[in-house]
Amino acid sequence: MAKLELRGVEKRFGEATVCDGIDLDVGEGEMVCLIGASGAGKSTLLRCINLLEPIEDGAIYLDGTDISVPGLDPQTVRSRIGMVFQSYNLFPHMTALENAMLAPRRVRGVTRAAIQPEVEELFARFGLADRMGNYPDQLSGGQQQRVAIVRALAMRPEVMLFDEITSALDPQLVGEVLDVLLMLKDQGMTMVLATHEMGFARQAADKVCFLKDGRIIEEGAPDAIFDTPKMDETKAFLARALK
Amino acid sequence: MTKQDAAGMTRRQLYEAQQRKRSIRIAATSTALVIAAIVVLVPLTPGWEKVKRSFFNWDTLVDTFPKLLDAFLINIMIFAWSAPAIAVLGLLIALARDAKSPALFPLRIFGAAFTDVFRGVPVILTVYLIGFGIPGLGLPRPWNSPYIWGSLALILTYSAYVAEIFRSGIDSVHHSQRSAALSLGLSERQVMRDVVLPQAVRNVVPSQMNMLIALQKDVSLLSFIGPVEIFRQAGVFKSLLANFTPYVGAAIIFLIVTVPATRYADYLMARQMRERR
Ligand SMILES: Nc1ncnc2c1ncn2[C@@H]1O[C@H](COP(=O)(O)OP(=O)(O)OP(=O)(O)O)[C@@H](O)[C@H]1O
Ligand SMILES: [Mg+2]
Repeated sequence: MAKLELRGVEKRFGEATVCDGIDLDVGEGEMVCLIGASGAGKSTLLRCINLLEPIEDGAIYLDGTDISVPGLDPQTVRSRIGMVFQSYNLFPHMTALENAMLAPRRVRGVTRAAIQPEVEELFARFGLADRMGNYPDQLSGGQQQRVAIVRALAMRPEVMLFDEITSALDPQLVGEVLDVLLMLKDQGMTMVLATHEMGFARQAADKVCFLKDGRIIEEGAPDAIFDTPKMDETKAFLARALK
Repeated sequence: MTKQDAAGMTRRQLYEAQQRKRSIRIAATSTALVIAAIVVLVPLTPGWEKVKRSFFNWDTLVDTFPKLLDAFLINIMIFAWSAPAIAVLGLLIALARDAKSPALFPLRIFGAAFTDVFRGVPVILTVYLIGFGIPGLGLPRPWNSPYIWGSLALILTYSAYVAEIFRSGIDSVHHSQRSAALSLGLSERQVMRDVVLPQAVRNVVPSQMNMLIALQKDVSLLSFIGPVEIFRQAGVFKSLLANFTPYVGAAIIFLIVTVPATRYADYLMARQMRERR
């Protein structure tokens, strides 16, 4: 049984079918990269996994339990699955430290004092020890995104979802954020990434899925996808993306 | 390196300094001309002597000013207890109107009806209806006081406007903030309280300042149902002295309060515009 299993996931916005029967297995400690053109449905799929969007049909299993049952309380699930967004989405009225402590305090009900050492340790591990007291607008894009990752990790999630987290960054800041992902992989975190960083996907992913029009057209090991793609759509996409 | 002249200014700085001096000269000249025109022309009008005597009588102003200031304390008092009530009620109504749970549906309807009614009726009418109507029920003291019911009329009307401003503030918080907060496992209520509202309130501070300034002025409407606040006091003096100068005195007192407040609100508004960009 995989950590996270998607079976026939279908998502519609009005008439438009954005996820069209997605099957996906993400094993414990695996890193899965979703690639595909803009509008393929990568972000929507991640939002569905985190129950930010209700799905029309199919099922999503976390540790074998169906978390997509309509009417199920999404809060417990979301606190087990962390998510990081392209635009960081830090809370601008709180310091970095407060950003990271808010959810543990509110959801797990622990006191500030009880959680602070653990969260400070996270900041330190990701090279942000001297940035904890800063507000988001006092941080660089790369720092903000790393704070956003720390904020998600502070909930001790079992799975992390990353939605193009380097796309808004200046090229010279991309590296520091990707390094964080490699650290998480080393620590055995289960991760699903939507990404345009083909080089990174190839180097770090355990599995790469190519999405088009809401379907996984092709999936496999990075080498197989990048070196010997079978489907014409994949070849065409890679030809454009790697140009 | 850029070329610099003796004063250590670049060519461009020099040019800009000249331009600035030129603008100041033009502004000063045109202002002086307008003032001169008013000072020269207005006294030439046939009614000026009469107007001067009945509106700008220095002795009357000096005699009545302290009493007007005393009366203004009543305005401040009414303002001081109405404003916090308006803030609280306005926020509650804004939240009620955005309530999502079906159990709160009646609240939503009530909130919508409330804002429609109190924004749709002139303040003075609400003051009359509530200020005369409720004491008319023959309530015992102190519950027949026009202070209570007049204030209530202001509170209800202003809450309706303030609620709409809070709502626009809530809408102004980008939905990605909600997504991020929800993805961390926060409940809808926690998202509202910890993430959306603090940003929403901050975004609407300048607009709410303007509401406070309007309220400060509208407190005078209570004079129509009894309280002898500054406007009423000025009216009393007018009848007594057969002179309109006390009204001018009252206007001066209002301006002393509202001009700095308005400037400050504009400053906040401008600063916010800059930050948005
Ligand atoms: N809330 C929404 N309402 C309606 N349509 C939506 C909504 N969110 C996404 N879509 C549509 O769903 C499709 C897939 O969008 P999605 O953002 O998942 O694509 P993506 O693969 O993440 O693209 P990108 O690489 O640009 O981020 C798009 O056509 C988009 O317009
Ligand atoms: Mg996307």
